[in-house]
Amino acid sequence: MKRKLLAAPYLVWMVIFTIVPLILVFYFGLFESGPDGIYFTTEHIKRVFEPIYLKVIVRSLWLAFISTVVCLILGYPMAMILASKVLKMRDILVVLFVLPMWMNFLARTYAWMTLLENNGLINQFLTFLHLPTLNILYTDKAVVLGMVYNFLPFMVLPIYSVLRKLDSSLLEAAQDLGATPIKTFIKVIFPLSLSGVASGIIMVFMPAVTTFVISRLLGGGQYMLIGNLIEQQFLTTGDWGFGSSLSLILMFLLLITMGIMSKTDKDQEGGRLW
Amino acid sequence: MKTFLMKSYTFLVFFFLYAPIITLMVFSFNESKSRGTWDGFTLKWYAELFRDSQIGSALYYTILVAIIASIFATVLGTIAAIGIHNMRGIPKTMAINVTYFPMLSPDIVMGISLMLLFIFVKLNLGFLTMLLAHITFNLPFVIFSVLPKLRQLNDDTYDAALDLGATPYEAYKKVILPQISPGIITGFLLAFTMSIDDFVVSFFTTGSGVSNLAITIYSMARRGINPKINALLTLMFIFIMAILIFVNYRMAKDKGKEEREMN
Amino acid sequence: MRKSVFTKLGVCVLLISMVLSLAGCGGSGKEKLYVYNWGDYIDESVIKDFEKEYNVDVVYELFATNEEMYVKIKTGAANYDVAIPSDYMISKMIAEDMLYTIDLNNVPNYALIDDRFKNLDYDPNNQYSVPYMWGTLGIIYNKTMVDEKVDSWDILWNEKYAKKILMLDSVRDSVGVALKKLGYSLNSRSEKELEEAKAELIKQRPLVMAYVVDEVKDKMIGNEAALAVCWAGDAVFMMEENPDLEYVIPKEGTNIFYDAMIIPKTSQNKELAEKFIDFMCRTEIAYKNADYIGYSTPHKEVMAMMPEELTSNPAYYPSEGELEGSEVFEDLTEVLPIYDRIWTEIKSQ
Repeated sequence: MKRKLLAAPYLVWMVIFTIVPLILVFYFGLFESGPDGIYFTTEHIKRVFEPIYLKVIVRSLWLAFISTVVCLILGYPMAMILASKVLKMRDILVVLFVLPMWMNFLARTYAWMTLLENNGLINQFLTFLHLPTLNILYTDKAVVLGMVYNFLPFMVLPIYSVLRKLDSSLLEAAQDLGATPIKTFIKVIFPLSLSGVASGIIMVFMPAVTTFVISRLLGGGQYMLIGNLIEQQFLTTGDWGFGSSLSLILMFLLLITMGIMSKTDKDQEGGRLW
Repeated sequence: MKTFLMKSYTFLVFFFLYAPIITLMVFSFNESKSRGTWDGFTLKWYAELFRDSQIGSALYYTILVAIIASIFATVLGTIAAIGIHNMRGIPKTMAINVTYFPMLSPDIVMGISLMLLFIFVKLNLGFLTMLLAHITFNLPFVIFSVLPKLRQLNDDTYDAALDLGATPYEAYKKVILPQISPGIITGFLLAFTMSIDDFVVSFFTTGSGVSNLAITIYSMARRGINPKINALLTLMFIFIMAILIFVNYRMAKDKGKEEREMN
Repeated sequence: MRKSVFTKLGVCVLLISMVLSLAGCGGSGKEKLYVYNWGDYIDESVIKDFEKEYNVDVVYELFATNEEMYVKIKTGAANYDVAIPSDYMISKMIAEDMLYTIDLNNVPNYALIDDRFKNLDYDPNNQYSVPYMWGTLGIIYNKTMVDEKVDSWDILWNEKYAKKILMLDSVRDSVGVALKKLGYSLNSRSEKELEEAKAELIKQRPLVMAYVVDEVKDKMIGNEAALAVCWAGDAVFMMEENPDLEYVIPKEGTNIFYDAMIIPKTSQNKELAEKFIDFMCRTEIAYKNADYIGYSTPHKEVMAMMPEELTSNPAYYPSEGELEGSEVFEDLTEVLPIYDRIWTEIKSQ
């Protein structure tokens, strides 16, 4: 039996539950119904390219990018530590790592506000120790902190699962050949974990682009992000056409980014990351 | 020294992860409804929580949907990942891109488009529709957790197993699955995490009185989160910790037994 | 192996649950009433009381914003019998023919609603709605942090309080405040006036600590900010928790909001819906709700039962004079794209 047919049930599912909604988005974004029936229009798409909206998109992409990078820098060592056998309760620790995400998001974010406020818990503690206070609430730093907080497990877990069964004989071979730990990391460990890193990046960057609640709460609602903008179109202005075209452009951008990223992988099989 | 650094880093990261959790648990005992001041210790929010039947129902559905959706997504997604792993060229790219879609769509687009789909096929919004929606957005997380492990796998082991006389089923069960199991578990955990706290998609794809915790909590946004929610989350946390401690204890016991048997 | 036990268990759970959910919840055979309301906006025991008295099941669902409620009802996704949206949304739903007229003969307790809350702009002939709660928008300020008299929206533009001002993260509320400050109607459809409001808000941006939603309460109670725009009901709560706070309705006038009960045309049980609305207008029931929620009640007798310190508080019960120049939000669907663009521009500085 051809193994690739195993993907068939999943693909059928996706056709129903993903492609059909995607068709709807295309329909709203590219077609209008007028007196003569349905006609194709680029009106909604063109609006996306107005400077003000491009600014919103760029800002969202940038914020997601920074958050992903921070997640990677903080998360990779954590994944390595979890994967090494140093910690005894490794499996439980992995669950403990995700557990905070099972506590409602709004409640956790409000708790961050309690911690980060001017008269918040952290500052009360710092003042007690006669240390200067922290003023990061309602700045970009707080937003990145919130994003990293919410997305870190999605970076750590895939990398951890790949590092876990890293062939230790390869590491031994590298050491035998005289490689320093750093060189072993750069030339052996990291490249072998690349597919895990790629998963982590995808599972963080993509949702991060459309997230806006963190920015609204920890950023003081100061900036409009693409997520807010799209939601506003669907709910407040009722302009599903514009909302859909924004989503389409965004999806297009992200798919291209993913395409470029995977082309950098020099594997012969299909030339892709997977 | 290295171990010390590793343990310190782990401690710091976990402190970062749990600081807000501990904060919200502490405030479940706050006399005041406000998060801004501490007015004294009380258990009244816990009492209010137990009087609330709506929350009980929401909690029930949250857990039920999260468990079913993540199990289903894990099974379907793992099989799919194996299939996709064996695909090549354009079909593979298309399959991967289709998998990206639920992750890169804004929640509102997923929610409304799925709602319209269900209305179109005249499916009543309720438990089933919410479940279908959850499975749909969970699948990519499973697939992207399992694919790297398949990538890491030496494909020859499958053929070797077949050569040694195993049926394809046995080859999978005894050879492939154990090697990709960290990916499967990761996928399950991430899928469960996504399901247990989803608002927008759930809001638009449910009805008939089926609600979940996230909807209950987000709909308090205008009024402010009632501390009985903090009480609920605290209880959930304690309950899960208890399970983890128990499981850890049993696993340690089993391991101890194994080691003794081997000697 | 442990894993296969889990898998088998999982499959069993899966199958059982799917069978259960497909078969439908069996149900107790009782009549069902579908109610759609804001979160934490009712005294829960009231629902149980209704269920017991009329021997029905109340299926109570929640929504977070008027707009989300609107999408669920408009697309016919659900068959709610009673919903409790806000004024402008009710106007919109009336204009789009989404509501049943309520036969007030079936709602005798309607007589207990104060006349002041009848024939309001959003439902001029009281055909489609029965008021539930109401309130005003105003400025709450910390007496110890603000030394001048607070009586105008101007104060929110005062540089002395830079970064200690909280505005609401809602386009109509913030643009409305700017419009009122300029002396225009907060239902303005004029692009010129809206552009002026936009300029004001952009000018104000450096002074604003944050655009908030309900966090305004915790922030003011915690002395984090000096001035904030907030709702009257929340102001009452805040003042209880922090005696340094005062609430005022600016002299230029403000927004009055009403949340009212309506019956969408998706309802399959109009009779029961009307009984529920009547039930909610009963004095004891309305009192329970008003007491729990803390917002102002439109019910004559419940008002009379409220303690003196509350009814003399302008936050809870402003006089007609204090409300001069105040307006209710109208449905501005046609001009909302302008509001949306303005809001995007303000937020993209």
